[in-house]
Amino acid sequence: MTSPTHSLPPTSRPLFDGLFFLAVFGVLGAVVRIVFFTPYELAQGAAQKIYYIHVAAALSAYLALAVVATTSIVFLWLRDARADRLAESAGEVALLCTTVVLTTGPFWGKPIWGTWWTWDARLTLTLFLWFITASYLVLRGAIDEPMMRARYSSVLGILAALLIPFIHLSVYMFRTLHPDPIVLKPDRPSLPPEMLLTFVISVLAFLFFCFMLVRARYRLALLRELAEEAT
Amino acid sequence: MPAETPGLFAAAWIVARKDLAIELRTRSAFLSVLVFTLLGLVTFFFAWDPTAASALDLAPGVLWVTFTFAGLLGLHRSFGVEMQDRAMDALLVAPVARESIYLGKAIANTVFVLAVLLVAVPALALFYNLPLLRTLTTLGPVAVLAAVGLVSIGTLFSSMAVNTRLAELLLPMLSLPFFVPIVLASAQASTRLLAGRPFDEAVPWLKILLAFDIVFVLACTVAFPFTIEE
Repeated sequence: MTSPTHSLPPTSRPLFDGLFFLAVFGVLGAVVRIVFFTPYELAQGAAQKIYYIHVAAALSAYLALAVVATTSIVFLWLRDARADRLAESAGEVALLCTTVVLTTGPFWGKPIWGTWWTWDARLTLTLFLWFITASYLVLRGAIDEPMMRARYSSVLGILAALLIPFIHLSVYMFRTLHPDPIVLKPDRPSLPPEMLLTFVISVLAFLFFCFMLVRARYRLALLRELAEEAT
Repeated sequence: MPAETPGLFAAAWIVARKDLAIELRTRSAFLSVLVFTLLGLVTFFFAWDPTAASALDLAPGVLWVTFTFAGLLGLHRSFGVEMQDRAMDALLVAPVARESIYLGKAIANTVFVLAVLLVAVPALALFYNLPLLRTLTTLGPVAVLAAVGLVSIGTLFSSMAVNTRLAELLLPMLSLPFFVPIVLASAQASTRLLAGRPFDEAVPWLKILLAFDIVFVLACTVAFPFTIEE
């Protein structure tokens, strides 16, 4: 078996640089626009504003999980340590985003649905995405040998991608209550232009921030490997 | 001249027979898993108010939840036994495909969990006052579908978990999210069948179970060799 191709840079790059702080300010700016410069929705009032964060975090989580699944396949195929590092970094960001989705959701659900939690199909699916991502990271933490860790977590990453349609289908058949998509649907988005702009800004800010988080986490993984090799 | 090496399924059958022979001679895991299952069925009964929910509604859920946890106990053993005296190394140097080792282990585990269910389902009918014949004929086919799915995932994760620092803890943590569609579909299908609803109502759930079995038996067989590279 071939050994993983290490691509350790001669000098490590900073975890948090100008671009990272730009991403932080992007998210803060989006929040300011959501709170102060976006009109209230007629029926739901202030609670609706959670939507901009909630959906942006959900999209980021899906994207991060797609990165985990893709890099898992790439690792088993090419045995490139970079793919494994990227999977690890995206996995942690996915857990963060799923946590944001699961915590912002109830704050909207309580005033609108009248309950913090319900066993709706999408809620249940997101909860299980959280469980799977958490167990993925626990698995990584429970193995010391880097190659074995990479192989095992790649296998889990791929199987989890196969599992998601099954959970989705079965919980959807069980029951569903969640509102239908407003923007990402086949016909035109039904959000007024002002709200749509806030939504787009929020999604872009979130995606950029998550991208920067993955980048910082990737650099941390590199630093850790350097430290392990030094000892 | 070297001896002829067995084919994929012939080799799998040899591995399965080996595992079943070990279990038949020691009976250690079977008895403990069986007692665990029966205890689970009994304990759940006291967790509900019998006047609020009828036994017929409760029984399938109780069976599948208990069965899932009991299955984990047995599955952990599957690769646990190969750790002693580094028996796994002997398996790996055998001139058979790695996929055969996985399939053999999975066949043995399926026989194991079905044997547990063979006692647990009549016990369920007894404890929860269900009509015995209908319980056996309706839960039997569901049990086979559920067992195959449970074992396909559990066998693969068992081979991974034994090599980690959190072996006993990690197997349930990895497996349970994967068991959710199985428990959900089995419980929904068997509740409808037990209540004497038309068979059509259970068909969508049975389809999910069947699709799960096909996808994960194939995926886990392909994935297994990646977990045992040295």
